[in-house]
Amino acid sequence: MLNQLPLYEQAILTLAALILFTSFALLAQQRVLSMIHVFVWQGLLLAITTALVAYDSSATHLYYSAGLTLGLKVILIPWLLHRLVHRLNIHRQPHVVKHPSMVLMIAAALVIFAYYVTLPIHQLSVSITRNTIAISMSVVLLGMLMLITRNKAVSQVIGFMSLENGLFFAAVAATHGMPMVVELGVAFDVLVAMVIFGVFFFHIRDSIDSLDVDRLNRLAEHDQ
Amino acid sequence: MDAVCASCPHHQKNSMNNVMLSLIAALAGSLGSALVSLGAGERTWVLSRLAFPLLGLSGLASIYAGLQTLMGAPALTAEWPMGLPWMHWHLRLDSLSGFFLALIGTGTLAVSLYGPGYIREYRHSTYSLGVLGLATGLFVTGMQLVVLADDAFAFMVAWELMSLSSYFLVAFQHQNAANRRAAFIYLAMAQIGGLCVLLAFGVMAGFGGDFTFDAMRAAQLDTDWATITFALGLIGFGMKAGLVPIHIWLPDAHPVAPSHVSALMSGVMLKVAVYGFIRLVFDLIGNLNWGWGVALLIIASITALFGVLYALVQHDLKRLLAYHSIENIGIIFIGLALSIIFYGTGHPLLGALGLVAALYHTLNHMLFKSLLFLGAGSVLQGSREHDMERMGGLLARMPWTGLFFLIGCISISALPPFNGFVSEWLTFQTALQAASLNSGVLRALIPIAAAVLALTGALAATCFVKVYGVAFLGQPRSRRVRRAREATPGMVMAQGLLAGLCLLFGVLPTLTVAALDNISISLTASGLPSASANGWMWLTPISAQTASYGAPFVLLGILFALGGWLLVNRVLRPQGHAGMARGDTWDCGFGPPDARMQYTASAFAQPIRRIFAPVWRLHETIERTPMSGLPLEPARIRHQLHAEDITWGWFYDPIVRFLHASVRRVGRIQTGHLRHYLAYSFITLILLLWVIT
Amino acid sequence: MNGLLAMIQAIAFIVLAPLFASWIRRVKCVLQNRRAPALLQPYRDLAKLFSKQTLLSYNASPLFRVAPYLIAGATLLAAAVVPLLAVKLPTAAIADVIVLAGFFSLARFFLALAGMDVGTAFGGMGSSREMTLSALAEPAMLMAVFTLAMVAGSTNLSTVIDQILRDGLALRPSLLFALLSLTLVAVAETGRIPVDNPATHLELTMIHEAMILEYSGRHLALIEWASQLKLMIYGVLIANIFFPWGIATEFTPGALLIAVLAITAKLGVLGIALATGETVLAKMRLFRVPSFLTLALILALIGLLSHIILEVA
Repeated sequence: MLNQLPLYEQAILTLAALILFTSFALLAQQRVLSMIHVFVWQGLLLAITTALVAYDSSATHLYYSAGLTLGLKVILIPWLLHRLVHRLNIHRQPHVVKHPSMVLMIAAALVIFAYYVTLPIHQLSVSITRNTIAISMSVVLLGMLMLITRNKAVSQVIGFMSLENGLFFAAVAATHGMPMVVELGVAFDVLVAMVIFGVFFFHIRDSIDSLDVDRLNRLAEHDQ
Repeated sequence: MDAVCASCPHHQKNSMNNVMLSLIAALAGSLGSALVSLGAGERTWVLSRLAFPLLGLSGLASIYAGLQTLMGAPALTAEWPMGLPWMHWHLRLDSLSGFFLALIGTGTLAVSLYGPGYIREYRHSTYSLGVLGLATGLFVTGMQLVVLADDAFAFMVAWELMSLSSYFLVAFQHQNAANRRAAFIYLAMAQIGGLCVLLAFGVMAGFGGDFTFDAMRAAQLDTDWATITFALGLIGFGMKAGLVPIHIWLPDAHPVAPSHVSALMSGVMLKVAVYGFIRLVFDLIGNLNWGWGVALLIIASITALFGVLYALVQHDLKRLLAYHSIENIGIIFIGLALSIIFYGTGHPLLGALGLVAALYHTLNHMLFKSLLFLGAGSVLQGSREHDMERMGGLLARMPWTGLFFLIGCISISALPPFNGFVSEWLTFQTALQAASLNSGVLRALIPIAAAVLALTGALAATCFVKVYGVAFLGQPRSRRVRRAREATPGMVMAQGLLAGLCLLFGVLPTLTVAALDNISISLTASGLPSASANGWMWLTPISAQTASYGAPFVLLGILFALGGWLLVNRVLRPQGHAGMARGDTWDCGFGPPDARMQYTASAFAQPIRRIFAPVWRLHETIERTPMSGLPLEPARIRHQLHAEDITWGWFYDPIVRFLHASVRRVGRIQTGHLRHYLAYSFITLILLLWVIT
Repeated sequence: MNGLLAMIQAIAFIVLAPLFASWIRRVKCVLQNRRAPALLQPYRDLAKLFSKQTLLSYNASPLFRVAPYLIAGATLLAAAVVPLLAVKLPTAAIADVIVLAGFFSLARFFLALAGMDVGTAFGGMGSSREMTLSALAEPAMLMAVFTLAMVAGSTNLSTVIDQILRDGLALRPSLLFALLSLTLVAVAETGRIPVDNPATHLELTMIHEAMILEYSGRHLALIEWASQLKLMIYGVLIANIFFPWGIATEFTPGALLIAVLAITAKLGVLGIALATGETVLAKMRLFRVPSFLTLALILALIGLLSHIILEVA
């Protein structure tokens, strides 16, 4: 039962639930700056979880992963996004979500679906943190849901980042991290993607005068 | 009732004879009331002194027969030589039929007390009283025969009798085109539903070999055919009960019928549809599949939420009550769905709990919905208004109707200590036991359905605060309402009877659950062993540690509060500067408040309208009549709000379009050329010759 | 003996409820750099109201006159069943959480009807808003109750507290989220900032006060007391369910003394937390309250899901 687990394992489960909560919170935010703040919280919780898993399983390379997550996801990328948002001057625009209650209901259904899908893994894995696989899958699905339901480009980037957070969390929880080479590679890919996004946003805005991705179809040939 | 002596054969035979006699009396009473009304003509006394008392006797006999069977008398079967020569009607009265027969009896009794006062309306109208009495009697007879039927043929004949006679009742005031349309839609959907039920029986008869229910019970259906039967039964009985999206006839048909008939339709006929569903699924099919339960749970939750949200935006009193019937049918089916899920996953104790919760809510809904419709009828007759926006302050003019209507409102909002709370509590306890299921997905879905149920219950309370507050409290908003008259003593007595039963079933839940337990034992051979384990005061459906409800204590507490009021006002009577005085309503210094300054029904529901906006299709019109000479100052402003049902646009319009398109395509056969028609006959002849070889 | 204890517990609730409200007010004043009224001021206010004349409108119906007694009675019934000092009292048999919610709904029903009774726009507005917001808070509350019931295996308050005590100190995500959700629901149900301002009487900013605008004298005293009692009941529920350490499981004088000290400390801390929240947050616009309650629902849902996904083996 739960109270027979050591304290740090209980803490891992609690942190997993809090990470899921941040995914939900990302879906419902109306302002881009608060979205970035929630993303910072998600990264911070992820870093703490990684550190606890490292302590639990005595895998020292996970401490480096935690540090990398902290540096990249909590400090560097949010700072880049913050700067981008201020330079694009969109921090005062509301990012309205159409039918927020509908989106939240679909999110809840996705969590249950993720749980249903990962049920066979529950029985296979022997690690204490096997229950968190469902949570990490949910975070991935909710990140994708954010990509679909948001129409401003910056929110889509944050959705993509949160999706990557989910994958990272799955790796940490299920297999105690990926090989260090893979992790460093993925981390730098994400960083480079961030920089390229930043450049592209300026180009998009110059072409179509807005950052609404639904209007990207203006770039098509004018046959219709 | 007498547990000791019930086993003596003499006593058993005696009670069986009594039950048989009362059954015959019940059927004879309702049929007799129908025949007697044929000679009514213009004379209301025929209906008041002959037809309605016969109907009342029929009701009492049904209650007696039903209760005796429910409390443990053995099941009765009989065979009547009616129907086809080689297929007689089989009739059977077991505990399930007995319960529903008692329900029908109670509703009929209340309506028979209420009717004589109400039909004075129609004394000088162009509508025929004879038709009203005939159709009412046949309607009750049809319902009684449906719950007694033991083979598919008798069932379908009784079902059709019920549908057709209620069609004539809905179309009673037929000079209004809207009423005719409502009756037509009702008839069309009743026929489609009846067809689905017939098909379901057909499938079962195919596997069982015979049309009797005994043969169907013994039949072994394979899972696919069982699912098809379940689906057909759900569509057929659901159409009659009012599940979304096949509910569309309900909000139009119930308001246009005369009020005592609306009470019968909404309070009793919908329950007969629930009876049909329970009989088909729990008794005849038998082998329950939990997947059916999940599908039904989703449909029922949507129905409940849909019903209450639509009720919130209505301002016609009877139409609002009709939408609430949809909501409560949703709640009953949530209980049934939970029961199916638990039976299907091998938890018969919890399945019995779900079934008992659903049956309890059936009983409760019959009581308080009939009470509310009878109250609405009194209001309609006393004030000639059916629009809540023109009512107000009726509590002062109609104190008894107001008091009983308040009890109905409290009961339907599921507040302790009345009966609505007990059935909702039981349903929640059933949903909570989802923790003992194996499937994690079900353990997540069922609490979500319970949360929808909680939302529904709270929104129902909101709606009835609106109804009671706008109609009975405050200031009268129109002249006719200011001069409303109280209803006749018979009408008041009928409402009082139902209100008293609401309180009774709220305070004695343990006895009721013990009685309903007999039904689940007889249907599925498993019951609730511990429901009354802690005595009659404590309802402990699963165990005392899990959950318990002591209804008499709640009643004691409320009486204590009322006693406090009596103490202060009648005994202590503080005088002087601690006493009581009357004064004007506080008006913020702007002058005396007008009746038009009060919150209207649409205003009360405005926050809900704004929050749940996508659910309705609202048509809001504001007409301003400007004053002559001052174009910007309106002399009159008129606001109208009309909520259109979105299922018309989403569900029925596409079906109708599809039907038209396919009919047009099929119609191309009719080319008009003689040689084409000759070619059709020629091709048919060739095909038949080929088939013979 | 046990029956006497149950009665003492109920009386303690009634007597201490104004003190709790006064403590919250005192902390708020200290935080806002104001001079606080005396700690016993609410008792003086209630005594004054009881001795004043009750002024009824000419239009008030009998329901208007009976409603305060019914509201006070229903809230008192709720107070009588919540475990304040000890579990396993005789009243514990009626202490079902859903029944408790039913009592609050009954009180609210009559309060809303009383608001509609006099036929003014204020009353209608207060009733409409109160019923709407409570309807939206119900699913969140029920889902939090479900999570508790799944963790402890029962909806009986006494059993739940007992079970959580026996489980010992464990960090459960489900209870954490249920706690957060119930806190938000409690704020909405008792009408505190950010949902409603209990100190205002401006027409467009009040919900609870709008319904009771016409009441005076002993009727108003009863309703005020009932709302203070409701606040204390919610405080005790949150304190004793989620932090049950200190509650008496046997009826010895030592255990009861510890229980008294424990509940005083817990309510003191809760009072400080509520007062801080009320000072830091601003009252929300009415149509932003649904998103507040949706947040409560999402928290409760995550609590339930984390129980099913994470805590059950």
